[in-house]
Amino acid sequence: MSQNNQNNQNPCENCPMHNKANLIRLGINPTNIDYVIALAGNPNTGKSTVFNNFTGLRQHTGNWPGKTVSRAEGGYIFNDKKYKVVDLPGTYSLLSTSTDEEVARNFILFGQPDVTVIVADATRLERNLNLALQILEITGRAVLCLNLMDEARRNHIEVDVRALSRELGIPVIPTSARSKEGMNELLIAIEDVITGKFVCKPYKIKSRSAAFNHAIGKISKSLLEQFPGLPNVTWVAMRLLEGDRSITDALKSGHLGSLSTQQELIEQH
Amino acid sequence: MEHNNENKIREDIIAEANRLRWDLGVNFHDTVIQSIYEDASRIAHKTVRQQGEKPAYSLDLAIDRIVTSRWLGFPIMFLLLALVFWLTVSGANYPSGLLANILIDNFHPVLKNLGNYLNMPWWLSGLLFDGAYMALAWVISVMLPPMAIFFPLFTLLEDFGYLPRVAFNMDNLFRRAGAHGKQALTMSMGFGCNAAGVVAARVIDSPRERLLAIITNNFSLCNGRWPTQILIATIFIGSMAPAGLTGLVSAGAVVSVAVLGIFFSLVVSWGLSKTMLKGEASAFSLELPPYRPPQVLQTLYTSLIDRTILVLWRAIVFAVPAGCVIWLVANVRIDGISLAEIFIHWADPAAVFIGLNGVIVLAYIIAIPANEIVIPTILMLTVLSTNLTGVGAGSGVMFELDSIEDTARVLQAGGWTLLTGINLMLFSLLHNPCSTTIYTIFKETKSVKWTLLATLLPIFMGIVVCFFTTQIYHLIQG
Repeated sequence: MSQNNQNNQNPCENCPMHNKANLIRLGINPTNIDYVIALAGNPNTGKSTVFNNFTGLRQHTGNWPGKTVSRAEGGYIFNDKKYKVVDLPGTYSLLSTSTDEEVARNFILFGQPDVTVIVADATRLERNLNLALQILEITGRAVLCLNLMDEARRNHIEVDVRALSRELGIPVIPTSARSKEGMNELLIAIEDVITGKFVCKPYKIKSRSAAFNHAIGKISKSLLEQFPGLPNVTWVAMRLLEGDRSITDALKSGHLGSLSTQQELIEQH
Repeated sequence: MEHNNENKIREDIIAEANRLRWDLGVNFHDTVIQSIYEDASRIAHKTVRQQGEKPAYSLDLAIDRIVTSRWLGFPIMFLLLALVFWLTVSGANYPSGLLANILIDNFHPVLKNLGNYLNMPWWLSGLLFDGAYMALAWVISVMLPPMAIFFPLFTLLEDFGYLPRVAFNMDNLFRRAGAHGKQALTMSMGFGCNAAGVVAARVIDSPRERLLAIITNNFSLCNGRWPTQILIATIFIGSMAPAGLTGLVSAGAVVSVAVLGIFFSLVVSWGLSKTMLKGEASAFSLELPPYRPPQVLQTLYTSLIDRTILVLWRAIVFAVPAGCVIWLVANVRIDGISLAEIFIHWADPAAVFIGLNGVIVLAYIIAIPANEIVIPTILMLTVLSTNLTGVGAGSGVMFELDSIEDTARVLQAGGWTLLTGINLMLFSLLHNPCSTTIYTIFKETKSVKWTLLATLLPIFMGIVVCFFTTQIYHLIQG
C-alpha cells in the first residue's frame, strides 16, 4: 500500500484492496458454485451482519444471542469466482450437545467448507478464542474475522492483529461489519486462503499429555483402516475418546465413511 | 457377511475408545476443556491490551444495574412497554384514518360504480366489493399503520440490546413456572404478532419448553387485538372516569389486560409443566450483550420489509375469504331471515349467560382469520340484528364509524353494557389464536394434538373467566 503514498490521491484508492466492484452479491440459492464458506462464531458477534454484507440478503439481525436458529445460505461472486456462504448458529463451543452446536460442528466437520470464517468479538477475545481454537482443531483452512472493532475502540481495547495472526496461523482481519468496515479485506483474505497465497499453519492445542496423544494415535489408526482418507481423523478420534454420542452414532451407522455425501448428517436438523 | 464384518470393526473401534478412556482417568473431559481455555487465555493475554483506567463497559454495567435491578427492573419494563404502545396507538390513528378514507370512503364507491357499469349481478358485486374488498381494505387500514410503528420501535429496542434484559428480569418467574427463560423473548415478540412469536420459539432448545412457549404465546395481546382493547376501554371504562382522566383510565385498563395476559402465560406454563408437559426447567446461560447505538435507518428498512410486509401479507391472504363469508352470512336468507340473524338468536342465550352476546360470538367465529376485523364485524352484525337505521352502509358491508360516540350509540342500542365491554376485552385476550397463528403452530409443532390444545385451551379459559366475571358483576350490582 505504501508505494502509492506519493501522489495526492487518497492512497487507498490505488490499492487493489479498494476495488469493491469485484463483489457481486448473489442473494439466495446460488448455483454452480466454486467454493463454500462457513461463518462460525460465538453468539452475538455479528455473523449474520457479515453474512448480509457478503450476500446482499437481509437475514434478520438483532442484538441478542441465539437468533440464528438454523443455518442460512446465500452467495456472492468475488473476482469471478462463485462462493456459497453458510451462516451457522452461534455457539460457545463445539463440545457439548445442544442442537445449534451440533448444526455448526457437523457443517464444519462434514460439510467440508473451503474456508471457515470465524467471527470473533474483539471486545471479548479470550472467550471467543475458546471456540476459535476448537474450530482450528477441525479445520486448518480458516480466517479470523475480528469483528466489533468499533466497539473495541470505544472501550479502549487494543488488539495486536499481527501477533494474533502469527499465534493462530491464519489471517486475522479487523472489521466492523455494521458499518461495512474491513469487509473487502475479509473477502481478499478468504480468497488468499483458497488460492494458497496464505498458507495456514493452524494452532494446535499444546498442553496435552503423552498418554492422551498415544490414545488418539491408536484410535486414528483404526479409523483410517476402516475409513481410508477420513478427514479430521484426529478430531474424530478425540470425540470418540470422549464418548461423544453423535460421533459414536455416525461411526456405528457408517455415516462417517460417507463424508463426501456430506449433507446427510446436516439435513437431520 | 461383508456388512457384518464392517459392523464388527466399527464396534471394535468404539470399544477400544471406551477402554482407552478409562486409562486416561475420570477427569479426562475436563482436562481437554481446560487445555483449550489455558491456551486461549495465553494468546489473549499476549495480544489484547486495555488502555486507560476505566474498565471496559463501565457505562453498560451502570445501565444494567438499573434496568435489571430488583426494584426498578419491572417498573421500567412496563413503562417502556406502555411508551411503545402509546406511541403505536396514538401514532397510528391519523394514517389509519387516512387509509380508511382513501380505501373505503373513496375507492369502494368507485368499485361499486364500476360493478354497476359492467352490469354485474348484485350478488357478485356484493361478494367482491362489499365482502372481499372491504375486508382487505380494513385489514390494511387498521393493521398496517400500527405495525409500521410497532415493529420498528420494537426492533430498535432489540438492536439497542434491551430484549435480553427483559429475558433476564423475567427468567426467574418463567423458571418457577417450569418454562425456559427465553420464553420472555418469544412472549415479547407475541405482543407484535403471535405468529411471529411462535416462530421465535425456535430459540428454545428443549422441545418441552418450546411447546410451552408456543402454546402460551397467544396470551400476549397481538397488534390485531390492541385496537379492540383500546376502543372498548375508551367507550365503556374510560367514559366512567372524570373527563380529564379518560385517556389515562382507558390506557390503564388496556395495560391491565396485557399484564393479565402475562399472568395467564405464566399460570398456564406452570399448569402444563406439572401435567401434560412434565419436566424441570433447563438451565441456560444468557449473555447480556453490550448496548449498541441502534442503527435507525437500517432498522426501519428491515423491520418494514421483513416483518411488517410479511405479516400484513399473511393477514390479507386470510382476510379476503373472511370478507366473503361475512357478506354471505349477512345476505343468504332462509325464510327471509339472514344466516347471521339466525345464528345470533340461537347463540344469544348461551352467550348472555357468560356475559357476552350472540353478535360477539359470531364475530369471533367469522374473524378467526384476523383479529383486526373483529370490531368492524361486531358493528355490522349489531346494526343488522337491531335494525338500526341511518347508520352503516347496508347489510354485509363492514364499516367503522367515524367517531367513538357513534360507535357507542350503536353498541348501546344493541344492548351493550359495561359488563359486555369488560367481557369483550377479556374474551379478546382469551380466545383461539387467529388462523395464521394456528397454521404457524401446526407448521412449527407438526402435531395436531398440540395445535388443537393451543387453539381450544384459550377459548375454554375465556368462557370460564367471562362466566365468573359476570357472576361477580351481578353480585356487586345486587
